Amino acid sequence: MATVRYERRIKADPDTVWSIFCEPNSIPEWFPGVVSCTVEGSIRVITLGTGLSMPEEIMTIDPLLRRFQYKVTSPLYHFHLGTIDVIELGPLDSLCVYSTTAVPDALALITGGATDGALDEIKRMAEEKMKEQH
Amino acid sequence: MGRKILFVTTDQQRYDTLACNGGVLSRTPVVDALAAQGIRYERCQPTSVVCMPSRASMLTGQFPSTHGAWMNGVALAIDAPSFAEVLHDAGYKTALIGKAHFEPFLDPFGRFSENALANLGIPTVEEPWFDGRQGPHRGFDHLEFSTHGAQGFTHYAKWMQQNHPEQIGNFYQVLDADLQVNAAGGGDTDAPQVKSNPIPKDWYHTDWVADRTINWLRQQPADADWFCWMSFPDPHHPWDPPAEEVRRVPWRDVELPVNYPTSPSEREALLDQKARHWRAWYDGRVVSNYEAPAKWVPATMTEDQVREVNALNAVEVELIDEALGRVIGALEQMGCADDVDIFFTTDHGELQGDFGLLFKGPYHVDGLLRLPLIWRPAPSSAVAPAVVKAPVSLVSLAATFLNVAGEPTPSWVEGSVLPQSDSDASERTFDATVTEWDSAIFGLDVHVRSVLTSKYLLTKYQKGALHDGSEGELYVLDDDPLQRVNRFNDPVLSDVQSELAQRLHDHEVRPGDRATPGVLVAPV
Repeated sequence: MATVRYERRIKADPDTVWSIFCEPNSIPEWFPGVVSCTVEGSIRVITLGTGLSMPEEIMTIDPLLRRFQYKVTSPLYHFHLGTIDVIELGPLDSLCVYSTTAVPDALALITGGATDGALDEIKRMAEEKMKEQH
Repeated sequence: MGRKILFVTTDQQRYDTLACNGGVLSRTPVVDALAAQGIRYERCQPTSVVCMPSRASMLTGQFPSTHGAWMNGVALAIDAPSFAEVLHDAGYKTALIGKAHFEPFLDPFGRFSENALANLGIPTVEEPWFDGRQGPHRGFDHLEFSTHGAQGFTHYAKWMQQNHPEQIGNFYQVLDADLQVNAAGGGDTDAPQVKSNPIPKDWYHTDWVADRTINWLRQQPADADWFCWMSFPDPHHPWDPPAEEVRRVPWRDVELPVNYPTSPSEREALLDQKARHWRAWYDGRVVSNYEAPAKWVPATMTEDQVREVNALNAVEVELIDEALGRVIGALEQMGCADDVDIFFTTDHGELQGDFGLLFKGPYHVDGLLRLPLIWRPAPSSAVAPAVVKAPVSLVSLAATFLNVAGEPTPSWVEGSVLPQSDSDASERTFDATVTEWDSAIFGLDVHVRSVLTSKYLLTKYQKGALHDGSEGELYVLDDDPLQRVNRFNDPVLSDVQSELAQRLHDHEVRPGDRATPGVLVAPV
């Protein structure tokens, strides 16, 4: 099992950051390489830029904790858990942490690498939203 | 109208696999003829002995520590400089057909254009360039990709899925169920990454790359300037060439490589002279990088396995030579062959039995460092044939392509135009080349720098998980062409070692802007 973690400090309040990704069907907007998705109950199926489809189960959507958790249930993964946390650091100052734990190890690296790009997009969108609000 | 350029690369091919370089296993008449007509380099080094950093150096003309794609799995920044962008600006039609690998292969998301393009069904995509403009992907207005085998997200994989899906499972499965480099054995000897592949030759990726290249070349107007990078995925493992071709080189008749010590005790003694990770890998205690199967122990390799791997490698080299011959034939039919500069090289070598090892890694010796490089200038340019013994580097390719096209060398290029003779090399101080290695994966980091001159090869290991910063290797090439006797810290050579170490220091502190090192996002 391998685990990787990426984080971004974002010039936005935590609720704004949370609003970017808290809806399960928003993922094509902020996760590079995810071109579309369907959501039925807690099951989300994402379609990737390569044409692959990947089923996921949404585990946690906790707006108080600002924690979003999901697991990829594709047989490619023996295990997967993805967690996105938003932590308030101060006024208009948030930390967004995206953790990936997976088996096989190589998939933690690959999936985690993609989350690094996702954080770039979450940061860009949240900071843009803040500018629009002010 | 300028000179057209056909840039031919293979993957993981040793210098001594070509007949013109003394190879005896493969028949390579096409490349041999290019060498006889043009310039054959006897000491060409890569900037890195793995694919992505080395290929990124070809494209950018920069060392890995400058372009930032420092190990496999680290993408070259999408807006990194590229000689193809300059050629595109100069009016050249630009194509890359075959294996690119500037971006990680293991990318199910298709975040990287190289993995998304086949699915999009368009020849290129607009992306940011080094100078802030937008343009075709890394300067290429036509891209068709392939890699080892028929899986993944390449154009070749898609073509196989559409046309010959029953053949896909006949290729060796490069990765195992854990996405590790597969250690499973096959063939007659159960050698790792070997498989009998019943695919017909016409459908194998070597011929596909040549076919697609010919198709693109035939679409170019007669008066067009063009640059075509034809990039064969072979003879990189897996060694699974079309079974009907395997009889070309019967493995039982293959002599063991000259640098394969048949006695285990001799092998171990040789490895023990080198830095500690050599023996640790051989014994199966440490696999420092993703490029070799983690579950395979080199010490278990048999003589017959070495023979079979070398035989299959030689078959793949022959198939490439014949495919190149078809492409040159097409150029002749098109009537433009006299105006085409042809370059032939590879990205790095392969240990192929040397010291009892296979594959590659942070092991800077000739098996991995010494590469075939041939430049057949356009016959219309009347450049005299030559053999260049001076050390040169793949980092010089970008400047050379631009020079052929009549373009000045941009300030971001670190390599100089390749010399056309030893006297030219001497006048322009081609006296040393540097190869870098940096890796950090799953808790193991390794950092290596080597400098090669016409007489010596010095390797220094920087502090990392496996080295304390004091280790090194120094070989005297005339006395020890197989690099078997490590003279590092030999008092007799202390002045030599100091001078070479100074060269490495000078390389580390060389002037110029460096890209921010990229992030490791995949094993390969």
